[in-house]
Amino acid sequence: MTIRNFTRREFLRDTAATGGAAAIAGSGGKAWAVPAAADPPVPTQHRVTIRLNGTERALQLDPRTSLLDALREQLYLTGTKKGCDMGACGACTVLLDGKRVNACLVLAARLDGREVKTIEGLADGDQLHPLQAAFIEHDGFQCGYCTPGQIMSAAGLLNEGRPLDEHSIREWMSGNICRCGAYPNIVSAIRQASGRA
Amino acid sequence: MIPITTASRVDGRLKVTGGARYAAEFAPAQDNVLHAVLVQSTIAAGRVASIDTARAKQVPGVVAIMTHENAPRIDLGKAGDMTPGFPLLQDDRVMFNGQHLAVAIATSFEAAQQAAQLVELHYNRDEATLLMSDNPTGTSVPQRFRNGMRPPASTRGTPQASFDAAAVKIDQIYRTPIEHHNPMEPHATLAEWQGDRLLVHNASQSVFGNRKALAGFFGLPEDNVRIVSPFVGGGFGSKGVSWPHITLAAMAAKLVGQPVKLVLTRRQMFTSNGYRPKTVQHVRLGADRDGRLTAVLHDGISQNSAYGEFSEPVGLASEMLYSCPNVAVTHRLSKVNQGLPTFMRAPGEASGVYALESAMDELAWALGMDPIELRLKNYADRDEHEDKPFSSKTLRACYEQGAAAFDWKRRVAQPRSMRDGRLLIGLGMATATYPVNRSEAAAKVRLQADGTAIVRCGSQDIGTGTYTVMAQLVGEHLGLPLDRVRAELGDTALPQAPVSGGSQSVASISPAIREACLAVRAQTLQLAAGDPASPLHGLDPEELDVADGRILQSAEKSRGETYQALLARQGRAAIEADGSAKPGEEKQKFSMHSFGAQFVEVAVDPDLGEVRVRRHVGAFAAGRIMNAKTGRSQMIGGIVFGMGMALTEATEVDPRSGRVTNATMADYLVPVHLDVPEIEVIMVAEQDDAVNPLGAKGIGELPTVGTAAAIANAVYHATGQRIRDLPIRPDKLIDGLSI
Ligand code: FES
Ligand code: FES
Repeated sequence: MTIRNFTRREFLRDTAATGGAAAIAGSGGKAWAVPAAADPPVPTQHRVTIRLNGTERALQLDPRTSLLDALREQLYLTGTKKGCDMGACGACTVLLDGKRVNACLVLAARLDGREVKTIEGLADGDQLHPLQAAFIEHDGFQCGYCTPGQIMSAAGLLNEGRPLDEHSIREWMSGNICRCGAYPNIVSAIRQASGRA
Repeated sequence: MIPITTASRVDGRLKVTGGARYAAEFAPAQDNVLHAVLVQSTIAAGRVASIDTARAKQVPGVVAIMTHENAPRIDLGKAGDMTPGFPLLQDDRVMFNGQHLAVAIATSFEAAQQAAQLVELHYNRDEATLLMSDNPTGTSVPQRFRNGMRPPASTRGTPQASFDAAAVKIDQIYRTPIEHHNPMEPHATLAEWQGDRLLVHNASQSVFGNRKALAGFFGLPEDNVRIVSPFVGGGFGSKGVSWPHITLAAMAAKLVGQPVKLVLTRRQMFTSNGYRPKTVQHVRLGADRDGRLTAVLHDGISQNSAYGEFSEPVGLASEMLYSCPNVAVTHRLSKVNQGLPTFMRAPGEASGVYALESAMDELAWALGMDPIELRLKNYADRDEHEDKPFSSKTLRACYEQGAAAFDWKRRVAQPRSMRDGRLLIGLGMATATYPVNRSEAAAKVRLQADGTAIVRCGSQDIGTGTYTVMAQLVGEHLGLPLDRVRAELGDTALPQAPVSGGSQSVASISPAIREACLAVRAQTLQLAAGDPASPLHGLDPEELDVADGRILQSAEKSRGETYQALLARQGRAAIEADGSAKPGEEKQKFSMHSFGAQFVEVAVDPDLGEVRVRRHVGAFAAGRIMNAKTGRSQMIGGIVFGMGMALTEATEVDPRSGRVTNATMADYLVPVHLDVPEIEVIMVAEQDDAVNPLGAKGIGELPTVGTAAAIANAVYHATGQRIRDLPIRPDKLIDGLSI
């Protein structure tokens, strides 16, 4: 299955029925306000079923809810992190049908029948995934906040079947920001895991 | 067994499985949390004329819109000197663009966001000073420099006259821009009132600081406020003081009578929690022809807000880094309508040493001298500013070992003389220095009947490895493997510890933990020696030791028993002890600093002006390193932080509105994977028995210092262009490259 990329246009179309365009994130105040004619909308709830970490989950969703917020606020799966909420940091990376996506850019209501894997679903029971073990061994993190995104992104990268040397790992991981600057250790961890995986 | 000092992080498993919970990820027991979204000003100065919340309140799920008109009143007088008392919705003033003016509170995040958009603000505008000029006038002297602990200016000798008379002079202005910490975890507060008790989960570098602030604002005894912060997704200084959104979350929870969660958006993190202020620094160096410094003058101006005071102490390193009889340093402030600046990784040193070490490089060129040789020529064997000996200083070895690892001698002195194909190659170096800090701290250690131990200390782990160091100390002193020690931190219900800032955590809490461990150990040995059923009965506790979860006779290691056996026989659930420690006289006797040397190779594209760091070697002497693995990571991270400062980071402010124009992670450019090359860290051996009982000096900030200067110096070597205005982006180089 291919990845659906949701554009701003699609987002607006999806939420237009409920007049929810004003929900696009931004700082408050007049500069961001919607035209005065739009009354506060009453969002319709959407029902979807997703396959999450191998288990079917039925969800009732505000159409504006991102996959990231659905995971964190509704399902209490807080391993997936919110760093920017606008597709710029990679902290929210999950696998959607096996491919890495920024969960903050995906509308949860559009995922009916899709398969989502988060950091909570990566290990095999108590047995850590080789990437997880390598991140610990190589100290591929400090504060740990970017870590689930780094690991899921690396898991997606390994699935992509590219030849991976140090440079290409850096290139293909550049969407995942680590403000603690753990980059060299992350690259070592991915190199090790890619040899094993 | 892996030696304990290279142990992996004890919280590693939680972090790689998504099990580590950060402030926004807790839920109150009743699952009745409301979501709060801030509304911020769109003008930089004036008053709120009116607020129309009618449409916002119609959004389904909205519970309340809190503004200065209906916000709970709080006491602004008792929150402590370090706590910003503005903007807290207590009046109608607007002092900067992006200031909090309202809080939308709703049952869902989506509804709160929508309502926040629909709050209509009307203003009476005032004149505003939106930007700090590149050549500020009308500056002022800080009133509370370094929290009133130091004068904002100092002079020794005859700096001006010596500079005027110097044979060789450097006289330049260096500028650094506004920079934002941008920890990956957005600031988040979950506030819950239980009667007149307040429970707050907060992304915090200082739970006890937060407690003092909130108790003060709400007029509560400190014991009524509990702050919890077990994991913090980076701080870099931005989570140190109690920023207004924390209090606003608690006010909102009070207003609606329900728990409230407030998470800053990334955009809001550019106006809500401080920043490294812009600086303009005038540096003058005078030297004789042999390269001996005869005058050092460093005049720094830093940006300040219109409502509080924060002064970037750029000149402090210039007072002591080199031996020179004539030194003058001043600090002044330039007031603008922007938010309050704050501490950011190596506050003062990061910006100030960039200027000083760039100027030293310029002086080396003017003298035709090797930059390391110039620094060695002016090596300070004692702190001439404080007129005290250093507790330890191993900077010479940092220069030597760094230069050797980097192969500094391959550098051809002439600028633009080294190439790799079409790329211009440059090698640069700079010195790093950062003071050693320490505060009072307390800890509790509990050895349990099941043979495990718990160490409790209300410090924070912001990625610094505090959990690991705490567990290691207990492991070391009680002879336990790390998986049998649980460390608890980030909670005001635990013994008090200071802010995780100023690289002081390990130095502050370790002696307290050690003391508690030694007390537990002494009690345990005593118990064993006095127990007729123990195989160690009758021995002098002095003859006993602990290892591998056992108490044993030092001379006859097979004779002994497990903790479990002893405690079970004694019918004890646990053996527990407190420890506390505070700085002694050492600061009066010694000047205490850590030092390092940074070496950088850059490649500059002559057609594009793009600078890539190809290699970095940092050699640091910071006393005892508690854990070589996590310590190395922290040093690498500090260098990466400095790379961003050097090459990409700057917060841009719209000159017409005072609004931050690049308030996203896509536009404020921090280093990404591809920007970071091989980094080699050398931990130069250093023993310091004076700084504190462990001899650890702190490493969180030192590696950021000097990185920007080393890169700027390498860029000069590559291109012949001296960039005195960070960051060194292609536009600043491109014109000069085409000649
Ligand atoms: S939170 Fe999704 S990319 Fe930053
Ligand atoms: S580990 Fe802190 S942001 Fe990556």
